[in-house]
Amino acid sequence: MLTVWSTAMKALCWHGKMDIRYDTVPDPTIEDDRDAIIKVSSCAICGSDLHLYDGIMPGMKHGDIVGHETMGEVVEVGKGARDALRVGERVVIPFTIFCGECDQCRRGNYSVCERSNRNKELADKAFGHAPAGLFGYTHLTGGYAGGQAEYLRVPFADKTHIKVPSTLSDEQLLFLSDILPTGWQAAVQCEIEPTDIVAIWGCGPVGQMAIRSAILLGAKQVIAIDRVPDRLVMAEAGGATVLNFEEENTVVRLNEMTNGKGPDKCIDAVGLEAHATASLDSIYDKAKQAVALETDRPHVLREMMYVCRPAGVLSVPGVYGGVLDKIPFGMAMNKSLTIRTGQTHVNKWTDDLLRHIEEGRIDPSFVITHTASLEEGPALYKTFREKQDGCIKVVMKP
Amino acid sequence: MVETLPGRSYSAADAAARGLGWLSLALGAAELLAPREVARATGLEGHEGLLRACGLREVMTGVGILSSHDATPFIWGRVGGDLLDLAILAPAIAEGGEKRRRAGAATAVVAGITLLDLVCAKALSDEKRLPQQPIKDYRDRSGLPYGPVGSRGLTALEARQGSEANRGPAA
Repeated sequence: MLTVWSTAMKALCWHGKMDIRYDTVPDPTIEDDRDAIIKVSSCAICGSDLHLYDGIMPGMKHGDIVGHETMGEVVEVGKGARDALRVGERVVIPFTIFCGECDQCRRGNYSVCERSNRNKELADKAFGHAPAGLFGYTHLTGGYAGGQAEYLRVPFADKTHIKVPSTLSDEQLLFLSDILPTGWQAAVQCEIEPTDIVAIWGCGPVGQMAIRSAILLGAKQVIAIDRVPDRLVMAEAGGATVLNFEEENTVVRLNEMTNGKGPDKCIDAVGLEAHATASLDSIYDKAKQAVALETDRPHVLREMMYVCRPAGVLSVPGVYGGVLDKIPFGMAMNKSLTIRTGQTHVNKWTDDLLRHIEEGRIDPSFVITHTASLEEGPALYKTFREKQDGCIKVVMKP
Repeated sequence: MVETLPGRSYSAADAAARGLGWLSLALGAAELLAPREVARATGLEGHEGLLRACGLREVMTGVGILSSHDATPFIWGRVGGDLLDLAILAPAIAEGGEKRRRAGAATAVVAGITLLDLVCAKALSDEKRLPQQPIKDYRDRSGLPYGPVGSRGLTALEARQGSEANRGPAA
């Protein structure tokens, strides 16, 4: 099929550890009847992109286009998707690619779609059973080109999209692609009751969304844990009581704040690259990680299992990649903890969340701290990684 | 925003550090695998054991530079290693003759590399020494148009009903 735009576009590509480049690459084309091509109007750098930047996630190849938070305008539609999408429509693209027809999709478990991961055999070996395909996120999840680019090919586009109205800005809508539903799912999984104290580790973008979600879902108190002052200020603005783990002992303080009972619900919005500067287990993790005897640093998981109130819930939106050491599962079992985790089933939540945005209950644009061109993207990866300049969320305009 | 090369996520100092990491690995491999040849080329015949130890140090430094998030301490480690290498070469220069010529040439090369290491280590250290930034004032970033107090529980009932409905077939 002929395309009406240029044949080369600009995109951010992965070239190795701490090496993201603004490259010229071929334009995407329709490869399947259910594909569509999107002209990207806005895209963002996600905290989980930093796991790629840091070279921790396996399965990346030189030249892979990164990015999975993307929105834009439909410019081409395969004939199998034309009943659902039209050229010119404005869409947000969920980071999980899903067919909408398999058994898991019919149950609403879109992030484990049984058909969208085109590297299923490889993923079956790595995970036992393959999860869904993801945009711009390793060949274990399909090796699909990402959305930090001028154009994006969307597979299963008749399902993998969220139509959005023209009355709202890109900044209000873009985060329907990932961080807003991810923070929301993390809070929903907690089954929050009006008497609950919810502790949230990590005040990055997902943590910030989880704080607002927990408030909207009626938590009695939300406690946010981080060490970066700018992030703690933003968490406080969203209604959280903040705890700086470099100044206070997290476990001691959480017990004090909950009359010695521990938080009812705990959310890990940190994942595999936890920084716990003063803890013995973090030194142990770093040493084992350095000699490839452990892939992840699960300090937050250990802390949550220890401090959570018995019969509580641990919700884990934070990304983990592989093999974790010294997980005190005996605590989780004996305390009757419920653990819920998983990549986000984005479209399960986006109808409700779009309505909440339209009706003014939440405005996700609060989290944007840096807006830049795509060309400035690589430098902003480093800024975001180093937590410089108050950087919490980067939005790029290709 | 941090300074990087145009269209790249790394600075010139980061790129230089990576190059020095590979140089470390190459030199280390040569010293470990062919110490006799390296000894002959540098006028250090009879010191093959010492060269192997230096090779091990180079390999460890190279791995550190290429695998760590922050190469700065490892590049400073290279500077220390360079000074050690110069100290090892000094007695060979004092011996005179062909050994002196070869050790002299090796010393010149090591001195050049030392300069590169020093410049790179200083640049990396300077990058880390960014001026203390004031905490950004994000106090107005609630994201909740009704405010945190007014928003508490605003969607709670709806979400419970929604999650029930969502257990059904997808649209």
